[in-house]
Amino acid sequence: MQGRLGALAFTLATTRPGISSAELEKGELVVRTTRDQILPLMAFLRDDRACRFEQMMDLCGVDYPSRAERFEVVYNLLSVTHNQRIRVIITTDERTPVPSISGLWPSASWWERECYDLFGVQFSGHPDLRRILTDDGFEGFPLRKDFPLTGYEEVRYDLERREVVKEPVSLTQDFRDFDFVSPWEGMMTLPGDEKAHEVRQHIKRSRG
Amino acid sequence: MTDVSKEALLREADEILRVDIPETLLPDQPGAAQESKTLELNSHTLNFGPQHPSAHGVLRLVLDMEGELVTRTVPHIGLLHRGTEKLIEYKTYQKALPYFDRLDYVSPMCEEQAFALATEKLLGIEIPERARWLRVMFAEITRVLNHILNITALGLDCGAVTPALWGYEEREKLLEFYEAASGARFHANYFRPGGVARDIPAGLEDKIGAWAKEFPAWIDELEGLLTENRIWKQRTVGIGIFTSEQALAWGFSGPCLRASGVPWDLRRTQPYDNYHKVEFNVPVARHGDCYDRYLVRVAEMRESVSIIEQCLTQIRPGAVKVQDPKFSPPPRAEMKRSMEALIHHFKLYSEGYHVPPGATYTAVESPKGEFGVYLVADGSNRPYRCKIRPTGFAHLQALDELSRRSMLADMVAVLGSLDLVFGEIDR
Repeated sequence: MQGRLGALAFTLATTRPGISSAELEKGELVVRTTRDQILPLMAFLRDDRACRFEQMMDLCGVDYPSRAERFEVVYNLLSVTHNQRIRVIITTDERTPVPSISGLWPSASWWERECYDLFGVQFSGHPDLRRILTDDGFEGFPLRKDFPLTGYEEVRYDLERREVVKEPVSLTQDFRDFDFVSPWEGMMTLPGDEKAHEVRQHIKRSRG
Repeated sequence: MTDVSKEALLREADEILRVDIPETLLPDQPGAAQESKTLELNSHTLNFGPQHPSAHGVLRLVLDMEGELVTRTVPHIGLLHRGTEKLIEYKTYQKALPYFDRLDYVSPMCEEQAFALATEKLLGIEIPERARWLRVMFAEITRVLNHILNITALGLDCGAVTPALWGYEEREKLLEFYEAASGARFHANYFRPGGVARDIPAGLEDKIGAWAKEFPAWIDELEGLLTENRIWKQRTVGIGIFTSEQALAWGFSGPCLRASGVPWDLRRTQPYDNYHKVEFNVPVARHGDCYDRYLVRVAEMRESVSIIEQCLTQIRPGAVKVQDPKFSPPPRAEMKRSMEALIHHFKLYSEGYHVPPGATYTAVESPKGEFGVYLVADGSNRPYRCKIRPTGFAHLQALDELSRRSMLADMVAVLGSLDLVFGEIDR
């Protein structure tokens, strides 16, 4: 299993254009490529005899706001014939569209809609790129890291107006995001304990 | 790649998408001279759901109808979207786990298993043998739970009420096992990264063993009601046919894929926990219709019982979670005496554990099919991204293809045979 995946990684990295890396991560084959190479690569992965990835199991986005191309689009393919999986990763930003692979696998259509809905990744050539999971008339892309967990709008039924109304979120208490990460590890001086620390560590305070 | 080959690809995809008109609906003599007459087309749009008992939850379908024929199905989903993936990004790994019970609430423990396995893979920990057996056993109990509900609900959709009445009674017995092990009937929160929450109480193994002895007789009774039932066969045989190629292209998995003739079961091909130590058959059917999907599920229930019996004979006393205080809470008695244990307990339940950076796509064979978790860790105590691959999402997507040119009532049978749960699809 490991050997065959490694061989496949080597074949892909050496024969296919535009592949920046193909390696095993924790026993899983991960291939990184570019947007313009995604369609030919996917067609190759589906049809080549050594690959035969017949199933497009999952497509998802990952957001890294600090990067220039902030989104990763991750494709997880499965080969039923060879019992192997592959993960193809490309990057994009808010504006640059990714070629849609819904022509290769019809099942990709909804996954791409979901990725567009939650991250705002554009897909070119998609037959029906609409929102899928979020509410009608929803604005923003909820799984982006800069989208707050509480969202911006809340919905309720207004008894007097007899309709569902949208209002800005009002929190009865502040959003609680506790920082539980240990202050002990890697911290030499505890707050309020500076003087004892100096004595213990034999640090001489330079007196002016 | 040139534009020409791109077009060729799209043309090829079009071939897969071509309309499958059943032979019964084709005209007897195509191309025969027709008299001219005035036809009144009875085409309209029908809203199905989201408050319809046959929609299996909150599904809204917009159906283009031609009389009673469905020409196009547009599913509208997301009415149960709770933002689980976003919520998980704000929780520690331990606190993220209970969300998985609430995804596919008909087979909660299998969903937990996917997340627990993914986390364990990133942490690089091996769980004790007894925990593996408990997981396999309860995953199979979950499978039986799920299949009972699905088969009987499909029966209800097609007008058979008795199986549902019997099925709920049988599910109640299994839910008692759930309750004995985890304390909850549905939202178990039992499989944790590093093992299971606690050992099963004394005597439960015997109870499960006794149940496993008598359950096959119940399956026989259920089959007596349905399998050779004339009405049942009229409602399901030849309805919603999917070929192997279609099923693969649409990302089918689990019983729906196996009913289309693809012998594929992750428990066999990519075994996890202790599935490589049990022997079981993978039932496969060939026609890919609703009846075959039903038959595969019935056969799987029998296999599950056999797996449960094998678990019971092979399970040995021992630890049920990793003996590492960084991942498993210390015993309560120890916390009363040991400062170290108290600190570990406190840190585990406030800060949690840090997972080294990395990513994994881990999939399990949930009762419905492949349930996957794509987990990205950045070295902190929270998942950076946790993508949940719901099984029913892919199945529901193919509904248009499956039920095109079928009768409205048959579309309901197809919907029932796909085994959809919206907690999972909408996340």
